[in-house]
Amino acid sequence: MISKDSVAHVAELSRLAFSDAELDQFTNQLDDILNMVDQLETVDTTGVPATTQSIHLQNVMREDVAVNDTKTEDLFKNVPTSKGTLIQVPAIIDKEED
Amino acid sequence: MNFETTIGLEVHVELKTKSKMFSPSPVSYGAEPNTQTNVIDWGFPGVLPTINKGAYSYGIMVALALHADITRDTHFDRKNYFYPDNPKAYQVTQAEQPLATNGWVEIEVDGKKKKIGIAELHVEEDAGKNQHEPDGYSYVDLNRQGTPLVEIVSKPDIASPEEAYQYLEQLRQIVQFTGASDVKMEEGSMRVDTNLSVAPIGADKYGTKTEIKNLNSFNHVRDGLAYEQARQQAVLRAGGEIRQETRRWDVDKKETILMRVKEGADDYRYFPEPDLPPVHVSQKWIDEVAGRLPQPPAARRAHYVADWGIPEYDAGVLTQTLEMANFFEATVAAGADAKLASNWLMGEVSGYLNAQHQELKDVALTPEHLAGMIILISDGTISSKIAKKVFKEIIENDTDPKAFVEAKGMVQLSDPAQLTPIIDAVLDDNQQSIDDFKAGKDRAIGFLVGNIMKQTRGKANPKVVNQILMQEIKKR
Repeated sequence: MISKDSVAHVAELSRLAFSDAELDQFTNQLDDILNMVDQLETVDTTGVPATTQSIHLQNVMREDVAVNDTKTEDLFKNVPTSKGTLIQVPAIIDKEED
Repeated sequence: MNFETTIGLEVHVELKTKSKMFSPSPVSYGAEPNTQTNVIDWGFPGVLPTINKGAYSYGIMVALALHADITRDTHFDRKNYFYPDNPKAYQVTQAEQPLATNGWVEIEVDGKKKKIGIAELHVEEDAGKNQHEPDGYSYVDLNRQGTPLVEIVSKPDIASPEEAYQYLEQLRQIVQFTGASDVKMEEGSMRVDTNLSVAPIGADKYGTKTEIKNLNSFNHVRDGLAYEQARQQAVLRAGGEIRQETRRWDVDKKETILMRVKEGADDYRYFPEPDLPPVHVSQKWIDEVAGRLPQPPAARRAHYVADWGIPEYDAGVLTQTLEMANFFEATVAAGADAKLASNWLMGEVSGYLNAQHQELKDVALTPEHLAGMIILISDGTISSKIAKKVFKEIIENDTDPKAFVEAKGMVQLSDPAQLTPIIDAVLDDNQQSIDDFKAGKDRAIGFLVGNIMKQTRGKANPKVVNQILMQEIKKR
């Protein structure tokens, strides 16, 4: 069971504002999803080591070689407002760093 | 009430790679905003980040230099947070299985040696940069996004602001000598956050800690910690309570200023990074990195003192940077006397670099040329006065000192067969000075030497001149 408080907390961490009705709706939906995932609990995992991955790969790495082949103007196609090659965003005031 | 202080430091070090931690974009400074980025750095949907093996190797190198145990099987995690300096809304880091654990750095305060433990080191990515402008907007540059970092977390073993300063200085030197990072506070390639708490001596638990950010130099760290230590003690003495809060060091006011109060633990919702398969660090990989690890500063200092007779203090100065230590060793290898090489590097060379605001790599001086000049002084070919001119030439231009001295006719006249006739001629012309000297007036010698120098245009070797002069006067 996921609580409405948990959903409200995660929404706040994600900077999302929901109405009370929306919170109820998402709580129910997330609960359904978690219940479905809970079916995995019925699988016998005795002797299976814990993993962080679903695919059996390791050490997929590249050498330290720099490649700069992206056109900056292509990246800026998804930027609503900019100044030169800087991304313009609403004033950020609540952060302690930089 | 007497207190004891507990300090822990978190140090971020930027790794000197060519490309970023998880994308092939170049790591370069001073470029036009956002031109050193690609879709991975911008966190576009569906992109596939890949681990930079060179960056991870640098991480292993730093960990080995700090005597830490390398974690053999590890994976990356997402640390979720919402902020425009990182468009992915998460930082990729190693939360569960750090790069390495259990390292140490040895410091010395008031003649006492002490080991400061390192709890863990982890590899992660840097965020972009925001700038806030008076037009009511903020602006984002993602060039720094994805730059590889190693975070070095000390154990709470540091008991005073001075110990913190010494720890940082030793850490900086050790990491700099690996070549994995420039570790320059002023350029942001080394960043320090501090945690400090005080508690009555003998208390069975730590006091509430406060964090200081915005520290731009080791001196600011020491000053900020000293202020915070005194502030916390004063609050406790007055019967108050320390709040868990983040403060910043104000350089002008010389005090820490409240930034925010921490309410509850930060909630980053860590989970394993699904786009990056786990990393296994084999013994072969560790051995390969260890084989490339340059000799650390402490071992070099011991070698200079024991084998070359360099004083401890001088050895410390020579090992402040890898460049200086390597230059010194190469100068000795090229045939220079170690003590003379040390004197020149700490004296004339450092003086020149400081005056010009340059580093060794910026000047034309080579260890071979410095050694060549020192040999010319040692064997009497040039005087120490002439050496100053030679030095100016070899530090500004790529000139061989021996060829320069010969071409300019700066070679000192030391051959008695050449000097004796000149000295005799001067004596012939100055009977009065000979009489004066024999009557006990030592100053007459100075007059004669001056004349001989004039005749040789300053090239006569003063030591040899004195010897021959005395012999010749005795004959008369």
